[in-house]
Amino acid sequence: MFEYLQVLGQEVYKILFMLVPILVSVAMVVWLDRRVWGLVQKRKGPNVVGPFGLLQTLADALKYIFKEIIIPASANKAVFILAPIVTMTLALVAWAVIPMSEDFVLSDINVGVLYLFAVSSLGVYGIIMGGWASNSKYPFLGAIRSAAQMVSYEVSIGIIIINVLLCVGSLNLKDIVLAQKELWYVIPLFPMFVIFFISALAETNRPPFDLPEAEAELVAGYQTEYSGMMYAMFWLGEYANILLMCAIGAILFLGGWLPIIDIYPFNLIPAPIWMILKILFLFFLFALVKAIVPRYRYDQLMRLGWKILLPFSLIYLVLTASFLFYFDKLPKGNF
Amino acid sequence: MTLIRILKTILLFEFVKGLIMAIKEMFKKSKTVNYPFEKGPISPRMRGEHALRRYPNGEERCIACKLCEAVCPAQAITIESAERSDGSRKTTRYDIDMLKCIYCGLCQESCPVDAIVQGPNFEFATETREELYYNKQKLLDNGDRWESVLAKNIKLDKPYR
Repeated sequence: MFEYLQVLGQEVYKILFMLVPILVSVAMVVWLDRRVWGLVQKRKGPNVVGPFGLLQTLADALKYIFKEIIIPASANKAVFILAPIVTMTLALVAWAVIPMSEDFVLSDINVGVLYLFAVSSLGVYGIIMGGWASNSKYPFLGAIRSAAQMVSYEVSIGIIIINVLLCVGSLNLKDIVLAQKELWYVIPLFPMFVIFFISALAETNRPPFDLPEAEAELVAGYQTEYSGMMYAMFWLGEYANILLMCAIGAILFLGGWLPIIDIYPFNLIPAPIWMILKILFLFFLFALVKAIVPRYRYDQLMRLGWKILLPFSLIYLVLTASFLFYFDKLPKGNF
Repeated sequence: MTLIRILKTILLFEFVKGLIMAIKEMFKKSKTVNYPFEKGPISPRMRGEHALRRYPNGEERCIACKLCEAVCPAQAITIESAERSDGSRKTTRYDIDMLKCIYCGLCQESCPVDAIVQGPNFEFATETREELYYNKQKLLDNGDRWESVLAKNIKLDKPYR
């Protein structure tokens, strides 16, 4: 019994050690996003609360906590309340398999990529539930758009991931990173990296693919009826998802926690810091893109996903496979 | 022509150009005025909060001609007048409903003795409606408070009147 409690305590400690930094960094990342956006537009962005405005998100969160949660009379109460919880939980649960360094990972499972893919696919449920349970037209339209969008782009992300898996020969995220010791996959698979980035933008409903919450036509999309802490949870979940996508990108293409070159001054920096730097770099790109692009029209979005990105990644998959086969470089694991 | 266009599309030429431009913009100086601590320049013609001015000897300028009341398009001004013991015509009541006022500046233009003027102050927001129903005392106090600025602004704007 005592042993059981000890193990439980250890696991909870490990989970908190991962979860708390993620929640804090989500808050910081929201600040970074707004700051970058402001700087590109020659504004200052939030700079009043705390040093450089770092505590702005905290102040926002406090405001959300003290606001009243309004549940529309015609809404399906249970589902309405469940939706933000599902979104947030799924966004955080996926972090369980993200390795921050060689031995700093919550659960080192053999099907890490599949797990990530499964969890991020489930993410659409939170949005659909929120949109449907609100029982109002804008959230409903937003949810439908979002579902179609996420399903479409998940397909091309899947094929991009298969590209990487072909080169690695393992579904374990740790193996994927270790396989990039000589060469980061961003170099041989650069077109795939670009498509992954675009698909990640669409997957996380970021501009230019933020149709589900297109404020001009849909008010706030599936979040329209939400207020107070429930809205904040959607918001946190969204940014946790963005960070997650950045982390996946860093692991698949930028060599995870590996230093840029494995020589003296670079390999002194601890592995988790490399990982964080890479995630931040990708997030910075996310924020920059938000500042420069106009929103896609819905049919353009679908055309891009199904007619351009999907065939292109399929062709590249065939190319990768034939290249590896022809030069006899297929990974020979313990199958 | 079309080939170049296709190449540009595939290589995301415009997108990369946009990214580079965004990064360049980031290092330029921001145009923001840090408002409560820094303020933008204000013209001497600024039509802000109203004030009733006095002569240097402390006598009110207003002669209760009611031109401002008549010209006010929003009918925000209410004036009542009476003869004072020394025989001069003075107001007993001079109210401006700042919520009705559209800050057009016609009262200031119509005033023959430069009594009612609109000053440079624009930060007079209040928490209740009642505080924005200005009476004569409030307007005279405003005049005393801003007199130096008001006199200077009138002088600066004189050649254009």
